Amino acid sequence: MSSTVAGLLQVGLLIAALAVVYRPFGDYMARVYTSTKHLGVERAVYKVARVDPGSEQRWGTYALGVLGFSFVGVALLYVLQRVQSVLPWDFGRGNVPPGMAFNTAVSFVTNTNWQSYVPETVMGHTVQMVGLTVQNFVSAAVGMAVAVALVRGFLRHRTDRLGNFWVDLTRGVVRILLPVAFAFAILLVATGVVMSLKSGVDVDGQTVATAPVASQEAIKELGTNGGGVLNANSAHPFENPNAWSNLIEIFLILVIPVSLTRTFGTMVGERKQGYVLLGVMGALWSAMLAVIWAAEAHGLRALEGKELRFGVPGSALFANSTTGTSTGAVNSMHDSFTGLGGGGALLNMLFGEMTPGGVGTGLYSILVMAVIAMFLAGLMVGRTPEYLGKKLGRREVTAAAVSILAMPTVLLIGAGVAALLPSTADALNNPGEHGLSEILYAYASASNNNGSAFAGITVTSDWFQASLGVCMALGRFVPIIAVLALAGSLAAQRKVPVTAGTLPTTGPLFATLLAGAIVLVAALTFVPALALGPIAEALL
Amino acid sequence: MTTTTTTEHPQRTPEEVRERHAQNLGHQVAGGVFNPRQLLTSFPEALRKLDPRHQARNPVMFVVWVGSLLVTVFAVGDPSVFTVAVAVWLWLTVLFANLAEAVAEGRGKAQAESLRKAKTDAVAHLTDGRTVAGTELKVGDLVVVEAGQVIPGDGDVVEGIATVDESAITGESAPVIRESGGDRSAVTGGTTVLSDRIVVRITAKPGETFVDRMIALVEGAQRQKTPNEIALTILLSTLTIIFLLAVVALQPFAVYSGGEQSVIVLTALLVCLIPTTIGALLSAIGIAGMDRLVQRNVLATSGKAVEAAGDVDTLLLDKTGTITWGNRRATELIPTPGTTLDALVDASRLSSLADGTPEGRSVVELCAVEHSRPAEADEHEKTGEFVPFTAQTRMSGIDLDGRRIRKGAASAFTLGESTKAVVDEISAQGGTPLVVAEDDRVLGVIRLSDVVKPGMRERFAELRAMGIRTVMVTGDNPLTAKAIAAEAGVDDFLAEAKPEDKMALIRREQEGGKLVAMTGDGTNDAPALAQSDVGVAMNTGTSAAKEAGNMVDLDSDPTKLIEIVEIGKQLLITRGALTTFSVANDLAKYFAILPAMFAAIYPQLDKLNIMHLGSPQSAILSALIFNALIIVVLIPLALRGVRYKPSSASALLRRNLLVYGLGGVVTPFAGIWLIDLLVRLIPGIA
Repeated sequence: MSSTVAGLLQVGLLIAALAVVYRPFGDYMARVYTSTKHLGVERAVYKVARVDPGSEQRWGTYALGVLGFSFVGVALLYVLQRVQSVLPWDFGRGNVPPGMAFNTAVSFVTNTNWQSYVPETVMGHTVQMVGLTVQNFVSAAVGMAVAVALVRGFLRHRTDRLGNFWVDLTRGVVRILLPVAFAFAILLVATGVVMSLKSGVDVDGQTVATAPVASQEAIKELGTNGGGVLNANSAHPFENPNAWSNLIEIFLILVIPVSLTRTFGTMVGERKQGYVLLGVMGALWSAMLAVIWAAEAHGLRALEGKELRFGVPGSALFANSTTGTSTGAVNSMHDSFTGLGGGGALLNMLFGEMTPGGVGTGLYSILVMAVIAMFLAGLMVGRTPEYLGKKLGRREVTAAAVSILAMPTVLLIGAGVAALLPSTADALNNPGEHGLSEILYAYASASNNNGSAFAGITVTSDWFQASLGVCMALGRFVPIIAVLALAGSLAAQRKVPVTAGTLPTTGPLFATLLAGAIVLVAALTFVPALALGPIAEALL
Repeated sequence: MTTTTTTEHPQRTPEEVRERHAQNLGHQVAGGVFNPRQLLTSFPEALRKLDPRHQARNPVMFVVWVGSLLVTVFAVGDPSVFTVAVAVWLWLTVLFANLAEAVAEGRGKAQAESLRKAKTDAVAHLTDGRTVAGTELKVGDLVVVEAGQVIPGDGDVVEGIATVDESAITGESAPVIRESGGDRSAVTGGTTVLSDRIVVRITAKPGETFVDRMIALVEGAQRQKTPNEIALTILLSTLTIIFLLAVVALQPFAVYSGGEQSVIVLTALLVCLIPTTIGALLSAIGIAGMDRLVQRNVLATSGKAVEAAGDVDTLLLDKTGTITWGNRRATELIPTPGTTLDALVDASRLSSLADGTPEGRSVVELCAVEHSRPAEADEHEKTGEFVPFTAQTRMSGIDLDGRRIRKGAASAFTLGESTKAVVDEISAQGGTPLVVAEDDRVLGVIRLSDVVKPGMRERFAELRAMGIRTVMVTGDNPLTAKAIAAEAGVDDFLAEAKPEDKMALIRREQEGGKLVAMTGDGTNDAPALAQSDVGVAMNTGTSAAKEAGNMVDLDSDPTKLIEIVEIGKQLLITRGALTTFSVANDLAKYFAILPAMFAAIYPQLDKLNIMHLGSPQSAILSALIFNALIIVVLIPLALRGVRYKPSSASALLRRNLLVYGLGGVVTPFAGIWLIDLLVRLIPGIA
């Protein structure tokens, strides 16, 4: 079987598997966030946290909940790393240095999972299990909560209430992430993923590091987190032993972002609204897969940096899915991709992570883009712009604009300063245009909360630890606040009825418009920078 | 209920109305057609607008202004053909934007001038004998105006009846009748009484009169950004910030790559990328939108109302005068038993030959068309003596060769049983019966019925395509209403409507989130006008109605509501289309400028120079020149508005995306390439 046929089979299997779970899983998630009943364990959580699950919050309170919860998360994770030496299973790895601890804490709380450390030599099992893995669950649940709050904004009329953040957070963890991650952890063990509390095993006189991998591997992909328990991430045979585990991991990466479009359609009462978003996500995902695959299959450096077990198609499929979802796990070294292939992975992030994007973040990001696209479209049909029965006026456009501005702002400022710093040249593996690609990739990955590494850059200096940390924080929380403000002003409106004059948002015209807006915004913003990096490389 | 039966020109078809607008354009100063000379005459004003305080109101153009200043400073320090050319074209970009606004405002100013002429310093003769200047009048003053005098202020006629020349305001030369009581009592300051004497109660303070408001409006003095304009400005500012970031961050990347760029080149790139085309034309589009309304003799109290017009979901139209001619058209002649149809036709025609009313003319027309009688009176018939209609006799007619032929209201005649049955039947169907008699012998009955104006069906179909539901409001019984509604092709009707029913209907529609537009002229229309989102008051109506609505139609033509909706839509479409065009232009500019900037360090980037531009400097300059010139090229479009053809939202979007999106991608490639052919000839550039 040629590698192309094998690759196409993998893609086919992946899409078939996603298609099977799309409806039931999407509808299940809709029920999770609309149900009025509380599970026993949830009640217990609310009781301990002194939360009244029946009360609903205004957008500001909801946002404060997100920010407060995340801030506490960063603080706890930082402290946990700084006192690692007194924790069990630290294997003498000592306390994590402050800069690295800060960067890592922000990274995992923002669902980025950018790793400036080598897990095997820095993190012990306790920090992994009690710190990082916990954030893998809750940071994913935060993303979904914000997305659901935005959907409620479209759904509700003349109210200032968006739901209860603590309830949404708890349900996301208890009813969605925990059960699915548990089931798939067992499945991954069956495919050969390691699950061990030992620090390593002796193989022919060499110690090969091990860890409780399978339990973290499932949520690493499911929550579009991407932080590997082992440094080589999903290129490591203990994390990703064979083609089946590879396919399962890609499935896990995509399943929530993809199914959330169904959740959205079900919640707003018109499934087509969700299908059209899925169509746009799918079209861009497929197009980028074709670009990366073709570039790698014909590139000069075809197999360097790729796992030979997966080959070009398996690597391209993984790279496209991990950068299109803000996951950031890798099964191959993106730095070793061709100019076009690596540039494709970079562009996936520069789209703003919505093809299909991270858990929750993908849905709310594409909805924000839809707001902007519909504003222009509305003007062009001669009506005050509206989307899903809500008018898009000053407040809505402002919120959407702030949400969209955040990522390019922190990315370009961060990368610009980094390019000027004399020390940067020493941190890069390559000079010239590929070196610039490495800088751009690092800041794109942090600002978009992706976390994947081009891996051609050493980021342990204080500048990189701090600046990338700030990029991750602002790239995450500024859009979240703006999205919640958008939800608030949408919910306060009355519903605009659908009339014959309403521009339909379910057909190919809207899909083209939305896809065009996503590509155009990314292209116009980043083409000048890309021209000196990947474009210069690719045209060589 | 009060309906709009008092419209003055109900016999006009929509085509005639449009034609008359075209004539009015000639009468009033500003034409709909853009005249290149306006560019020249507006130039001084454009220069004045270089004031930074003015520029700061427009974020996009303010960035260009600052960039121009910056480049000028650098060009002075390092003068070369290229740097000076960039500085000049940057200033021209700002100037062209000012020019667009100045041209749009200039048209309004000219209109305001002609209005000021109408606003003479009239003297007011108060009923208590005092004589004061018009500017010293107070609300509630009673003034006497006699033939030949100018009415000193806005008010209602409280006594008397007069013919008034309102041409100074409406451009309509035919005099109109104003009388106390009823719905034709409002008079406007600055208009002239032609006959008789009236007493007017002043309803507006000097300085706040209709003409004052109109002058302020067309001059744009009160112009505030509309909600939609603000939202668009936010979006344009966002795009500007993004490009500012992209260009500012480009310098470190360029330095890193060993190809540092000059401030001049970076500023040129920035100005080319930010949405200057729409930024420059945005305010002109808004002013021109209001202007187009004024050209159609409609005054809107705010730009917000014009925008709302584009959003209207439901249109309430009074049946009589708007959809139908009113009960004014003869449609059938019914002879009494014992009379031949021929005899009735002859008598009806004779009785109406000298009758100039629409009803009378329609009788002659009916006889001509359906019964082959001459449409004009012959010499002999002209010798007959016309007996005009009076309130006492309630009939009119002609005395010819000793025959006394009369037609009139049924109650003016003594009717037989069968005739009475016919009359009752016509009335029951919502028509009006006219009895025809010769020498007191009743010959038969003329049926006057509601006839739907020609072209209405098509217009309602257009509205339906635009997604607007039309509701006909009538005092008729449901049966008659239904028949007319079906004939006119409206979507729904409200029969036996009382003012409170109309109000309830508006509220019901609004509850569901719909925007409602209506016209009205009577005092009891005022609450509904105020409640509706777009309320167009007829100029013939009462002051109460004019106060309550947010627009006034000087022609008092209720069908104009349809045009108002179209103008509102056109305003938004023009904004959206030019924004799309502006952003789509950037693609070609990247292809022109990026290779020019960086081919020196990465020769492979020259592959992107697909336009084969002469040199890096000519490429950058050509892009900048295109960016500036496109503003001037698009001024006429901004003033005229993007072509709007009523169709479904999807069809509109598809068309505009194709024309302004795809067109916006392609045009600059051709434009920059052509400009470069010339620019590369300049010594020092190539």
